[in-house]
Amino acid sequence: MPSRLVLGFILAFLLLGPTLLAQSPPAAASSDSARVAKLEQATAEAKGSADNAWMLTSSTLVLMMTGPGLALFYGGLVRKKNVLGTMVQSFAMMAVITMLWAIVSYSLAFGQGNSFIGGLHNMFLRGVGAQPDADYAATIPLQTFMIYQLMFAVITPALITGAFAERMKFSAMLLFMVLWSVIVYSPMAHMVWGKGGLLNASLGGKFPCLDFAGGTVVHVTSGVSALVCALYLGKRVGYPKESMTPHSVVLSFVGACLLWVGWFGFNAGSALGAGSLATSAFVATHFGAAAAVIGWSGAEWIRNGKPSALGAISGAVAGLVAITPAAGFVGPMPAIGIGLIAGAFCFYMVATVKARFGYDDSLDAFGVHGAGGTLGALLTGVFATSAVNPIFKDAQGNGLPSGLIDGNAHQVLNQIVGIVIAWILAIVGTLIILKIVDATVGLRVSEDDEVQGLDLTQHGEEGYSWEVTA
Amino acid sequence: MTKIEAIIQTSKLEAVKDALHEIGVEGMTVLEVRGHGRQKGHTEFYRGREYTVDLIPKIKLETVLPEAIVEKAVQAIVTAARTGKIGDGKIFLSKVDEAIRIRNDERGEGAL
Repeated sequence: MPSRLVLGFILAFLLLGPTLLAQSPPAAASSDSARVAKLEQATAEAKGSADNAWMLTSSTLVLMMTGPGLALFYGGLVRKKNVLGTMVQSFAMMAVITMLWAIVSYSLAFGQGNSFIGGLHNMFLRGVGAQPDADYAATIPLQTFMIYQLMFAVITPALITGAFAERMKFSAMLLFMVLWSVIVYSPMAHMVWGKGGLLNASLGGKFPCLDFAGGTVVHVTSGVSALVCALYLGKRVGYPKESMTPHSVVLSFVGACLLWVGWFGFNAGSALGAGSLATSAFVATHFGAAAAVIGWSGAEWIRNGKPSALGAISGAVAGLVAITPAAGFVGPMPAIGIGLIAGAFCFYMVATVKARFGYDDSLDAFGVHGAGGTLGALLTGVFATSAVNPIFKDAQGNGLPSGLIDGNAHQVLNQIVGIVIAWILAIVGTLIILKIVDATVGLRVSEDDEVQGLDLTQHGEEGYSWEVTA
Repeated sequence: MTKIEAIIQTSKLEAVKDALHEIGVEGMTVLEVRGHGRQKGHTEFYRGREYTVDLIPKIKLETVLPEAIVEKAVQAIVTAARTGKIGDGKIFLSKVDEAIRIRNDERGEGAL
């Protein structure tokens, strides 16, 4: 009975509605446009909420890459006596870089500035609120964009810690990272992603360099700085004569798997929305990582006769690094190609090149991030296609070719400009910072402390307690 | 036959192993141990509580050798493991009555 009653009402409304409307046309017109306006607003709000939900999820995923992802990955690779010292270096970035970001480095990276660095207008996060900034991401609060970018600023210096593992003072590490974040990271982020940045591809850069999620900004800068650190600090006591095998590949394994998952936030989140570009970047990321596992493991199998677990997970990370700049510009098949090449190339870098030159890049921050990032940034210029992401447009708004396979050979040159600037900034910036830290607090722990381990000497605790059980 | 038990700094294991290999020592057993002699321990803090750890991680290396090379082996260990600081460890020697190779029941020095 009630359902028939409801049906009756609806029928009555449908029959009478038009008559009622017809009787008062002016009022109807205004209520129509009001309804349309209301609908439009509701649609925009719904899209905004959807995008915001994905971006907050992505921010969470990227934070998870640093802790526990990278902390476990690196923590497992060092010796037992340095496990906490290594993990806490990553964790410290989550606290310290966050403070720095709030005070000044967000503003230096994304505030209005010149071609090289942002200004100070957004210091203390002034003007960073619920209102979106249409230049960066029109559908999400600027505050969401800020917190998402912060997670990148946190993980990037944490990557460098792999190069000076097991021998740097904790205090020196903190000072180094604060300076590095301001002197190297913020300018590079501004040049590639900031308004008016020299290399910005979508906001009028002079040399539009395609870097979807941080191939140059994150991986080239951190990886090259890592190499400079490894060379400047010198080898660990006993390297390479003494065995310094990972104390727990199991921890590294868990860490690498968390990195893979977190990387979906890193790359697909860089679409800055929840639309089809995010899907495309997600797919490319996964395919690139999987292919690189095969690239690295295959090369290792041929060279050493066995495919190792550490090799497989290192391959995944190398692939994720290389696909990072390309993620939102390439289709799945080029992503597989990039992954395969990156896996084999990074294996060659850590297994052959490192041994030949004899530097102690302890956890291969350069071999994976520097080399993989450079390769990825270069290949982005080759495989980027406007079919995936029409980032270059003519005056009429029509898409122009993106990369070499699209017919834009010139893009490879732009990529090289971006790569060279990232290398130079990383080398010069890191050298200056190392000199400063060396002259003030000193870089390395004493030889005795190094032998005893960072856990005890820097933090006064042990990762694995030893107890006599009765 | 003499058994050498050497308690050394953990960081000196590689050097000692190499030194022993060089003089022709073929087998050894290595254990991770904790202990203390005159060396004082260290302090650790967990959530503000202080703990004194007086049993320090060391390496104990055991090997049974024919008399002819015992003294050479002792010298090799001393040279390789010495830093000159307190905590370098100790070496203990003791006589061994018999050695038996499980695989083929071989006995005496031939089983070492």
